[in-house]
Amino acid sequence: MLGLNNKDLMLFAIVIAITLLAPVILNPFPVESDLAQFNAGYPDLMQRFVIFGIFAIGFNILFGLTGYLSFGHAAFLGVGSYAGVWMMKLLTMNVVPAIIVSVIFAGLFSLLVGFISLRRSGIYFSILTLAFAQMSFSLAYSVLTPITNGETGLQLSLNDPRILGVSQTADGSIPMTNFFGIAMRDGFELSMGGWLFTFNAGYYLCAAVMLIAFYVSIRIFRSPFGVMLKAVKSNQQRMLYTGLNSRPYTLAAFVISGMYAGLAGGLMVAMDPLAGAERMQWTASGEVVLMTILGGTGTLIGPVLGSGLIKYLENIFSKINDNILHQWFSFLPDGLEDFVVAIVYPFIGKGWHLTLGIVFMLVVIFLPGGIVEGGQRIGRLFRRKPPEDRNNTTTAAAPSAAE
Amino acid sequence: MDAIILQVLNGLDKGSAYALIALGLTLIFGTLGVVNFAHGALFMLGAFCAVTLNAILRLSTETIDPSRTDFLGNPLKVKTPYVENWFGPEIGGAMIEWSVPLAIVFAIPVMVAVGIATERGLIKYFYKRPHADQILVTFGLAIVLQEIIKYFFGANPIPTPAPDAFIGSFDFGALVGMEAGTIIYPYWRLVYFAFAAIVIGAVFAFLQYTTFGMVVRAGMADRETVGLLGINIDKRFTIMFAIAACVAGLAGVMYAPINSPNYHMGMDFLVLSFVVVVVGGMGSLPGAVAAGFLLGILESFASMSQVVNLLPGINQIIIYLVAIIILLTRPRGLLGRKGVMEG
Repeated sequence: MLGLNNKDLMLFAIVIAITLLAPVILNPFPVESDLAQFNAGYPDLMQRFVIFGIFAIGFNILFGLTGYLSFGHAAFLGVGSYAGVWMMKLLTMNVVPAIIVSVIFAGLFSLLVGFISLRRSGIYFSILTLAFAQMSFSLAYSVLTPITNGETGLQLSLNDPRILGVSQTADGSIPMTNFFGIAMRDGFELSMGGWLFTFNAGYYLCAAVMLIAFYVSIRIFRSPFGVMLKAVKSNQQRMLYTGLNSRPYTLAAFVISGMYAGLAGGLMVAMDPLAGAERMQWTASGEVVLMTILGGTGTLIGPVLGSGLIKYLENIFSKINDNILHQWFSFLPDGLEDFVVAIVYPFIGKGWHLTLGIVFMLVVIFLPGGIVEGGQRIGRLFRRKPPEDRNNTTTAAAPSAAE
Repeated sequence: MDAIILQVLNGLDKGSAYALIALGLTLIFGTLGVVNFAHGALFMLGAFCAVTLNAILRLSTETIDPSRTDFLGNPLKVKTPYVENWFGPEIGGAMIEWSVPLAIVFAIPVMVAVGIATERGLIKYFYKRPHADQILVTFGLAIVLQEIIKYFFGANPIPTPAPDAFIGSFDFGALVGMEAGTIIYPYWRLVYFAFAAIVIGAVFAFLQYTTFGMVVRAGMADRETVGLLGINIDKRFTIMFAIAACVAGLAGVMYAPINSPNYHMGMDFLVLSFVVVVVGGMGSLPGAVAAGFLLGILESFASMSQVVNLLPGINQIIIYLVAIIILLTRPRGLLGRKGVMEG
């Protein structure tokens, strides 16, 4: 079905189910309980989950398949954001044209950057993309201020010349982003017992786009084109010797992943119509690298898991302060309580980047395949097969391990 | 003419910092074959060595001076740093004032220790892994080092003054026989340049004229053969890593008065230093130094108002632009050797 084999179909079905039910799944704790701070089912955070998921899926098409490590992907996201906001300023508050234009502009920009950067590979490629991203960041901050509005960031204003639509609503405020009339902020809240679930229109739009993006990425992974990209990763030299020119393939992968980044940028704007230059900074590019590696490079679901995990921890960890910690450990004797809190405190709250850095290093050192490989290892522990059977399964599993 | 000299001088101090960091990066890359994204963090650690020493020297005892009173009429509390108690006010005061140069002595053992610990504890396991993995793990290390510093020192820049003798500027123009007041240049930047020149000279002399340096150079050229000759090349490479860390650290120590250290200063310099290394030629030590100064000076020329008026924004992007052009036209960089990291 849908041109997928059974295994992929299962995966896709699970992802669909989780994404659609996310407002419920991510809110496991009643509102009044102490644990409610761990709930992630509010629209803003869920939107970020899927948007960064798209970003990471796109990055994975480049890095996971071809092995080209780009350190400048945030530039495409930034370009997409700016294009999206301009579309809303000039044309209409409907998000569809904004998103389409974001993708097109990011695609064009990545075509330019990719055309130049892909002449080199390895570390040189990383540095070239980094240089391009830093250049766009600096330019967005300084010279391009008429387009990007510099440090303030590009925002909607009350006198935008919107061709289709009004510059301001009847009550004199900026109109809201909408999808053919459905405002992105709309939604309904469902209260069940102690639980409160928010089903938000914006989230479901992002989720639908993410599912399409995920489906496309599965198809790319399984296509002859995807196999070609994997060949680039495993041995480009050999590919050149057989007379294949790998450049068009890598360039196509680069542009596709740039368009994914633009799509993510466009969606960000659709949810919250502003764009700032800091989205293009190289730390932002580093973040998507972290997400992809943490989840599992070159796997289908890894980038989504990685981005979800990082965004969740970023939000939840940074909310915890030392008072909350004292509450948690209040069962300990006083001296010990202070001691434990003192040990744990540097790693949470404002210090969550430290935790992120340490976890990231551990993953790179011990678990190069990220969360997905970790899951597979744990799964293998529980599914121990008899010896004669195991030989069969390893040969059968070999192709899938290479995904 | 004076404008040109001024820009060259302005470029020198930034160029010195780029050259020192790029030199360390190239040493690590040339010897160990590792792309070290944590090098900027080592630079930052060096700067915080200066901050730490300054803070330690300023640790004071509080005594009550009954002969004087504060504005409320209470006896005045006087803070005396311990060093002033121990060495007398003159030497103690001088130590506090000269804390940045003193920090060089403090930073060398610290940076050597950090370098050895990093190489033995982490980098060693990444020789055989792909460059992407090396970039990623050192990137993670950089984040961790940054966050540790941020935890202890906070996120704000910490001003660390140079000794009084070097504060202020002098008239460089008058010195070389031009009209007075045309070229004003701060003392400390000249000190920084001289210091950088000495460190660079020392590293080159060490590699060129000692047996140890000879072995290291041989190892850079062909690691396997040196190993076959029965020389423990790994041990020497560990020491080279420590030296590279030290060079970055010293660059940071002396940079503290120019730019108040904050926890992300390393990252800002890292990106540029990598560009410098690539422009100079991966694995070429003279290339790294030359490109460092060249780009530093180029950057200061690009920020001249005449140039900026002609090409707005050029000062922001000149380094990257040059890097892109160099990489596309001379793939090996300015002085790159054949066969090193090509592709």
